[in-house]
Amino acid sequence: MSKYTEDDLREELKTKEYEYGFYTDIESETFAKGLNEDVVRAISKKKNEPEWMTKWRLDAFKIWSKMEEPEWANVNYKKPEFQEIAYYSAPKQKPKLNSIDEVDPDLLATFEKLGISLEEQKRLANVAVDIVIDSVSVATTFKKTLGEKGIIFMPISEAIQEHPELVKKYLGTVVPTSDNFYAALNSAVFSDGSFCYIPKGVRCPMELSTYFRINEGGTGQFERTLVVADKGSFVSYLEGCTAPSRDENQLHAAVVELIAMDDAEIKYSTVQNWYPGNSEGKGGVFNFVTKRGLCETNAKISWTQVETGSAITWKYPSCILKGNNSVGEFYSIAVTNNYQQADTGTKMIHLGKNTKSTIISKGISAGKSQNSYRGLVQINSRAENARNFSQCDSLLMGNECGAHTFPYIEVKNKTAQVEHEATTSKIGEEQLFYCNQRGIDTEKAIALIVNGFSKEVLNKLPMEFAVEAQKLLEISLEGSVG
Amino acid sequence: MDLKEKIVSSYVAFEDGVNINSDIHEIRTEAFQNFEKLGFPSKKLEAWKYTSLNAILKEDYSIFPDNEKTINLADVKQYFIHDIDTYKVVFIDGKYSSFLSETTHDSIDVCLMSSALTKAKYKPVIENYFNKVAKQDNLTSLNTAFSKEGAYIHIPKNTEVEKPIQIINFTTGSEAATMLQPRNLIVVGQNAHVQIIERHQSLTENAVLTNVVTEVYADRHATVDYYKIQNDHIAASLVDNTYIEQQSNSIVSVHTFSFGGNITRNNLNFYQKGEHIDSILKGITIIEGKQHVDHHTLVHHIEPNCESHQDYKGIFDERSTGVFNGKVIVEKEAQKTNAYQKNNNVLVSDRSTINAKPQLEIFADDVKCSHGCTIGQLDEQALFYMQQRGIPKKEARALLMYAFANNVLESVKIPEVKERITKLIATKLNVNIGFNI
Repeated sequence: MSKYTEDDLREELKTKEYEYGFYTDIESETFAKGLNEDVVRAISKKKNEPEWMTKWRLDAFKIWSKMEEPEWANVNYKKPEFQEIAYYSAPKQKPKLNSIDEVDPDLLATFEKLGISLEEQKRLANVAVDIVIDSVSVATTFKKTLGEKGIIFMPISEAIQEHPELVKKYLGTVVPTSDNFYAALNSAVFSDGSFCYIPKGVRCPMELSTYFRINEGGTGQFERTLVVADKGSFVSYLEGCTAPSRDENQLHAAVVELIAMDDAEIKYSTVQNWYPGNSEGKGGVFNFVTKRGLCETNAKISWTQVETGSAITWKYPSCILKGNNSVGEFYSIAVTNNYQQADTGTKMIHLGKNTKSTIISKGISAGKSQNSYRGLVQINSRAENARNFSQCDSLLMGNECGAHTFPYIEVKNKTAQVEHEATTSKIGEEQLFYCNQRGIDTEKAIALIVNGFSKEVLNKLPMEFAVEAQKLLEISLEGSVG
Repeated sequence: MDLKEKIVSSYVAFEDGVNINSDIHEIRTEAFQNFEKLGFPSKKLEAWKYTSLNAILKEDYSIFPDNEKTINLADVKQYFIHDIDTYKVVFIDGKYSSFLSETTHDSIDVCLMSSALTKAKYKPVIENYFNKVAKQDNLTSLNTAFSKEGAYIHIPKNTEVEKPIQIINFTTGSEAATMLQPRNLIVVGQNAHVQIIERHQSLTENAVLTNVVTEVYADRHATVDYYKIQNDHIAASLVDNTYIEQQSNSIVSVHTFSFGGNITRNNLNFYQKGEHIDSILKGITIIEGKQHVDHHTLVHHIEPNCESHQDYKGIFDERSTGVFNGKVIVEKEAQKTNAYQKNNNVLVSDRSTINAKPQLEIFADDVKCSHGCTIGQLDEQALFYMQQRGIPKKEARALLMYAFANNVLESVKIPEVKERITKLIATKLNVNIGFNI
C-alpha cells in the first residue's frame, strides 16, 4: 500500500462529499414565506392549540421582534433573512397512522438509507423512536410499553392537547422566551418537537430517541423539546439528525429544556450531522440551538454531544445546578471540516452546595474550518464546596484551520475548587512513527490517534448511539477513523 | 461635567505648553480625536467585562497639577530599591525631579521623554518607535494625546547596562484628586541587556488615577527584564498599558507584583516579530479590602519557533476581586510555537471573587499550546502538619501562601528586588516569614 500521509487525508477530506445528501420528495403543505403575528396565529391554529399557548407564542413573537441578532460568537456568516423563511411545513400524512405499514414507503426508504429502519429498530433495538420529518411527527413506537410505566413520550403538539397542565407548568421555565434571540424565535414559531415526562421513581426501561430531519427545502425547523424527570426517576434521551444536501442555507433554531427534580437523572445524547455545506463552503445548515437543564437536589444532568455537521454551529448545552449535591456533566466532540464553523461549549452555573460539574470538550478542526470552545463556569457565593473540572483539547489538521478557546471562570466562593486546562496539538510525527514501527500503516495510525483523542467522550454515549457516532466521525474524517 | 468632557475641554490648555507645529503633535491630535470618539471604556466592551472604571471616573481630577513640589529623599527612600546602585528617573506629580533622579547620556540614554520629543538628536529614534507598537484603543489614545513626559531609555547595540534603571512616579496629593499620564519609551538595541524597575507611588490618601503607556522595543538578541511593583495607597488607581515588540532571539520578561491600589488594570501586550523569541509574563497578586486587580495579557505569536510563558498567581482576601484575562494568538505562519499559560488563584474569604478567562486562538497546526487555570484553597492537611510541628496557624498559612507564590519569585534576577518582594509579601500576610532567600 502506498504511503498514506496527512496530506492525503487532507486531500480526501476536501473532496469528500456529504454521503447522506438525498432529498425525499413527499408532498408537503408549506406556509408562504415570512413572519408576522398572523403567521404565528396560523401556526397555533393549525396545531389546534388552546388559547394560552397562542398567547404564549404571541408574547414570544413580541419579544423577538424587539431583539437583535447576537454577534458575539466567533463565527462569520451571512445572516438569515427571517422574512424569507417558510415557518411551517408538514408532510400531508393525515389522518394519524396506527402501524408502521401505513407510513409512506418513500419515507421508510429514507430512514433505511439512514440506517434506522423502523422495522429493525422495533424488532432488534430496544429503542422507541419518535420520528420527525420536518415538523410533524408521523410515527411513534413503543408508546404502549412506555405507557404502562406511566411515561409520557409524545410529540409536543400532542402533549399540548393531552397534558396541557404539564406543558403549561414547565414550558419556558428553564429557557424563558426572552432568553435570547433564537430562543424567542423558536418560542414563537416552533412547529413540533418531543415531550417526555418520567413519573416519580420510574427508571425508563429504554433509550428514548428522536430522529430529526429537515426535509422541505427553504423551511427552517424549529424544534422544541421538553424533558421532565420527576423525583427519583431516570431517563436516557437520544437525539440525532441528518439533513439532505441543499445549496440554500437552512436555519435550525431548536430549544431543549430539561428538568431533573430531586434525585432524578437525565442523560441527553446528541449526534448532530446536519448538512455542512460543500467543500467550497456553499450551503449547509445554520444550527443555533439553546439547550439548558435545571437540576434540583441530588439531581444529575449529563449532556453528551457529537457535532460533525452544520455550516455554523452555535450551541451551549448548559446546566443550572440549583439543588444541593447536584451534578452537571458535558462531554463533547466537535469536528469541523472545509468551511464549517463551530462555536460550542457549555455553561455550568453552580448555585447549590456541594455541586459538581465536569466538562470534557474535544475539538477536531480540518480544512479551512474554525472550531471554538466557549464555556462559563460560575460559582455563586452560596455554592459551598463546589467543584469543577474542565478540559478542552483541540486537534488541528492542516494550517488553514483554527482552534479557539474562550473559557470564562467566575468564582465567588472560597471553598470552590475549579480546574481548567486546555491543550492544542496536531498528530505528532513521533506518534505516527511509533505506530509505523509496529506495523500499523499511517492511515490506521491516524484513525487510532483520532479515536483515542475522542474516546473519553465516545465512551459516554449509549451503546446504540456509539455506533452511529463512530459512523458520523468516519464520514466527517473519512480515512482517519478505522 | 464628567471626566471626559473635562479632559476634552482642557486639551486647548495642554496645547499651550507644547509645540503644536511638530510631527509629534499630529500624532497627539489624531489620538485625541480617537479618544473623543471612543470615550472611556465601559463594561459593555468584552475587554472590560469584569472591570468597571465608573467609580474612579467620578472623582474631580486635576489634569495638570501646576505647582512644582519638592519632597525629601528621606520621606520616600523606602520606595526605592535603595540598597543597590541604580539609574533613576523620578517624577513628582508628573514633573521631572532632577534632585531625586540619576540619569545618564554616557553611551546609553536614560533621560526624559520631554527632551526626546523636542530635541533634534532624538528625532530618528522617536520617528521610528514613538507610538508605533501601542494599540490605538481608548485609554492608550488618551495617553498619546497628552504625551509629554515620562522616561526615555535608549540602549545602543552590544551594550550591557551595568545597573538597573528605576522609573518612579510620585504623587504628592497637593490636589484633592490627580490624574497622571506618563509616557515611557524603551528602545533596546541588538545584543543589549537592560533591567528596569517601575513604580507608581502616591504619598497621601488623596485620589490618583494614573494612565501610563510604556512602549518597549527589543531588537535581535536583546534581553529586557522588567519589574513592575504596584503597592500604592488605597485611593490610587492605575491603568498600566505596556506594549512590547520583540525581534528575533530576544528575551523579554515582565514581572508584575500587585499588592496595593484601588483599581489596578494591567494591559500587557507582546508582539513577536521574529523567530526564536521568548516572552515571559509573570505576576503575583495579593490583595484585600475592596481592591481590584485585572491582568489583561496578550501574546501575539506571528513568526515560527517562538515561545511564551505566562504564570500568574493570585491570593484574594476580604472583598477583593481578581481578574485574569490572558489571550494567546498563534498565527498561521507561527508553526512550532510553544505557548504556556498558567493562572492559579486562592480565595481566602467568602466575599472575594475571581474571574478568569484564559483564552487561546490558534491558527497553526504544529504548535504546543496549553493553558491551565485553577481556583482553590490552601491544603488543610499541610496546615495541620505544620501546626502539629509547632508552627502557629497564621505563620503556617503565610508559609503556604509564600510557597504558592514562590514559582514566580524564582525567576526574579535582581536579588534586592526579590528580597523586597518577599518583605512585601510578609507585610501583606502580616507575618514575619523569618528567613531570607
